[in-house]
Amino acid sequence: MFTFLPVLACFALSLTDYRLAPITSLRDLTRQMEFVGLDNFVRLLGWHREDGLLVANDPEFWRYLGNTLFLMLGIPLSIAGSLLLALLLNQRLRGITIFRTIYFLPTVCSAVAVVIVWKWIFHSQPNEVGLLNSVLMGLGIPNPPDWLGSMAWAKPAFIIMTLWATVGGYNCVLYLAGLQGIPQELYEAADLDGAGPWARLRHITWPMLSPTTFFVVTMSIIAGLQGSFLFTAAFLMTAGGPAGATTTLMLYIYNYAISWHQLGYAAAVAVVLFLLVFTFTLINWRYGQRLVHYR
Amino acid sequence: MISGSAKRRHVLLTVIAYLALSAVGATMILPLAWMISTSLKAPAYAVEFPPRWIPSEPVTTTIDGRECRVADLVGGTFLSRGPARVAILRYSPDGVHVRVLSPEARVARPPAATAVAPGDLAAGQELTVPEADLTTIRRTKLHWDNYLDAWRAQGVRVRDAFFGLAQRVDGFLVFYLNSIIVTICITIGTVFTSSLAAFAFSRLRFPGRDSIFLGYLATLMVPAIVMMLPVYALLANLRMTNTYAALILPPMFSAYGTFLLRQFFMTIPQELEDAAVIDGASPFAVYRHIILPLSKPALATLTTFVFLHSWNDFLWPLMVVDRLALKTLPIGLAHFQDSYTTEYHLLMAASVIVMVPVLIVFIIGQRYFVRGIALSGMKG
Repeated sequence: MFTFLPVLACFALSLTDYRLAPITSLRDLTRQMEFVGLDNFVRLLGWHREDGLLVANDPEFWRYLGNTLFLMLGIPLSIAGSLLLALLLNQRLRGITIFRTIYFLPTVCSAVAVVIVWKWIFHSQPNEVGLLNSVLMGLGIPNPPDWLGSMAWAKPAFIIMTLWATVGGYNCVLYLAGLQGIPQELYEAADLDGAGPWARLRHITWPMLSPTTFFVVTMSIIAGLQGSFLFTAAFLMTAGGPAGATTTLMLYIYNYAISWHQLGYAAAVAVVLFLLVFTFTLINWRYGQRLVHYR
Repeated sequence: MISGSAKRRHVLLTVIAYLALSAVGATMILPLAWMISTSLKAPAYAVEFPPRWIPSEPVTTTIDGRECRVADLVGGTFLSRGPARVAILRYSPDGVHVRVLSPEARVARPPAATAVAPGDLAAGQELTVPEADLTTIRRTKLHWDNYLDAWRAQGVRVRDAFFGLAQRVDGFLVFYLNSIIVTICITIGTVFTSSLAAFAFSRLRFPGRDSIFLGYLATLMVPAIVMMLPVYALLANLRMTNTYAALILPPMFSAYGTFLLRQFFMTIPQELEDAAVIDGASPFAVYRHIILPLSKPALATLTTFVFLHSWNDFLWPLMVVDRLALKTLPIGLAHFQDSYTTEYHLLMAASVIVMVPVLIVFIIGQRYFVRGIALSGMKG
């Protein structure tokens, strides 16, 4: 109930022109909550003709949607990295738990602290050089990028930071649990058939892990579209800049709802985000399931 | 039978595995180590190129009431014996004007450009030498006082707090207290509501139980912001933003926690419950005296999860609180970052202050944490 009701309320909110302002009476409330039908969605998703060209009613929305999808390009890298790390951590080696703990550290650290440290690492001013660029200059690159200050490099910087923060986290632990659930007999049988390490990985490990992969991919897409870590990063590091290069849909919603007090429009963006998540999950469910090997 | 070459290959693979593990481990640790390193540096040396991992600063001595850097004169070209310790007086186009502090060295063949005569150097003697012949002496110095400065940097004015005794309270003390209050309330509340709901979904029979549970699960896929906006609108209209209630009550209901606990409760044998019911136990007594004591590991898992999540939560407190006196640590740190954008030594110290409790809880509750992730993934 406590979760269902708000979802419905959010849909309702998206159909109104709700603006936060001081309210003194119930009449203020109804006036404030004027029903505008699908106007918000027309403004958000619609197009109009301008000098014979089709122009989006809200070009910023499309741009920030593009940013969100671009930043999601790090997800496959992160998942592949998690699988590799899990394979390494699955070796019976001494002291392996220490490594597991270290890999998980970025996940438990406060996102705000992580973002502030990375801001310092990416720092790049003519007379003050951050850690990353010091290393790059040490490697003989004379003009390393101004990571957070340039349109071209801000997104890659975010992807690098997200990779660092997620690669050893939940996905890696899920893969590790999946690996430990694979019956040892399968490998012994493969050994008898003379299978090499690559064949074992390709024909036993990967198919046996497919339910885990399915779960990990689904959750990563949902998390990527919401991008709560990226929200923290964009909010604290760049304020969505330079020139909107790192603004995601979440930051857009936040700006409308909190900074500009237009909750109705923010709710409309949130509903679109919800539908996106829903569609992606549905596609994944429908077509991804086929690739999953169930015991 | 393991052949020699197979054994050698095994050793080689182990070494490669360790190298890869360590390389990744170093990448994970370096940013955190860099944070601690910067947090212990003096303001003037926090930003330095090339960067130094061990915080250190030049040694100085006072000469004629002026702070002068100390250096070693190591001109191998004209000194015959050991380096001479000197104080740097001033830089000039001809070279560096220095005063000798300890005269162990003897000048053998002075280069033409320097105003040095052959012979032993005397303490107090002043001379001009090329800059290339000097190495500055540095000494490791850890500035623990940065932590105190960061802790105190922001003052929160609290009217009527502490019986009117305190007008200004250290910022991070306030953020810490807020975080502790909010996190403990959310953790207890979530574990309580989730376990009750999970008990209902797993043990009580009522019409539509399983379809309601499915609907519950579906909300796991709904972006959090979709639920936050209407709740925020409600709170804003009730003038309840900037209250503890706004920070604590909405996050107290977790579909995830209910799901996790239900999965665990399902594994508890039904016979135990039946026996208790025959003895006349009410559903609540079953919950209190059978289910809860048997679910300690699952409850510990959920507690660790919820604690870490609410301690680090950023978006919800950011939305509902803008009064400094009510800020929790993450948004307090974000506020701190706004006012001290470039003072990295203080920013890093503050970040460490925020991270210490989570690290401790993680290391204590790690076992439960890892198991919880694995559990949710297997069944999901």
